[in-house]
Amino acid sequence: MAGAVIGFFRFWYEFIVGDDWTVAAGVIVALAVTYLLAHRAVPAWWIMPLAVGTVLLSSLRRAARHAR
Amino acid sequence: MLMHSILLVLATFLASAVEMVEALTIVLAVGVTRGWRPALVGVGTAVVVLAAVVAVFGPALTYIPIDALRLVVGVLLLVFGLQWLRKAVLRAAGYVPLHDEDAAFRRETAAARTAATTLRAGLDWYGFTLSFKGVLLEGLEVAFIVVTFGSTEGNLPLAILGAAVAVVLVAGTGVLIHRPLSTVPENAMKFAVGLMLTTFGTFWSAEGAGVNWPAGDGAIPAILAFLIVVSLAFTSLLRQQRQRMPATPSIGNGGQ
Repeated sequence: MAGAVIGFFRFWYEFIVGDDWTVAAGVIVALAVTYLLAHRAVPAWWIMPLAVGTVLLSSLRRAARHAR
Repeated sequence: MLMHSILLVLATFLASAVEMVEALTIVLAVGVTRGWRPALVGVGTAVVVLAAVVAVFGPALTYIPIDALRLVVGVLLLVFGLQWLRKAVLRAAGYVPLHDEDAAFRRETAAARTAATTLRAGLDWYGFTLSFKGVLLEGLEVAFIVVTFGSTEGNLPLAILGAAVAVVLVAGTGVLIHRPLSTVPENAMKFAVGLMLTTFGTFWSAEGAGVNWPAGDGAIPAILAFLIVVSLAFTSLLRQQRQRMPATPSIGNGGQ
């Protein structure tokens, strides 16, 4: 039973998050910062696009480094 | 709104087409080696399961308040879309091998020829499960995109239409030419899907977190354009880096 539950969560983790968890972590952190700024009436629209570009670049560089 | 609808159909169509090309390779391999009955029963069963997933979760999501829905779905689409985009960039730059349908077909047929035959419910069980799992696993990503994208846009039927047209087109072509669709530009399609999922994920998640986009919906093409430029720049950068490296093995061939 425990094995099935672990297998279920592992499947969905791999399905959504995939092989680089830092991408998901980066997105969550950026979203938290966006939420905090947006709810203090500070323009926060630029944070997510910038964060997405940064997270993507850092993940790609890590993957490329592994290939060396 | 019209642009939203076009992008919605395009995203589900491309995602469905590219996943069905991969599923078709498996089904053809099963059909040729183990017979068409287990292959087609496997396809039919997987399609019923996928339709049930969409029928249950699609309408259920519409009961969630729109801001919460956009936040949750935005994050899921963003993380999921970045996976597609990341792998498409790595493939385009030469770090991950391109998906080769002919090689996959040869691999699947060789494995299917050597597998033992066990009859269950009057079916060759190996052929049935291989076909069922192939279509189900490839189709699950499409169902995920259809359900999340369609319900957040408030237009599930349009999302289903985009995916269904692709299924009919790929299956019809497969029936006609009777071999894997190896000339389909799979990575370019995956690149496009990754860009669209990431764009909408960025837009919705930020909106769900309380952001007011400067140009409202007009921010979507701006985000898309930004991501296209950034992704192409990263691809070019990695490709140059790859060319300077001595010959090394690729990272893998992982999904998406």
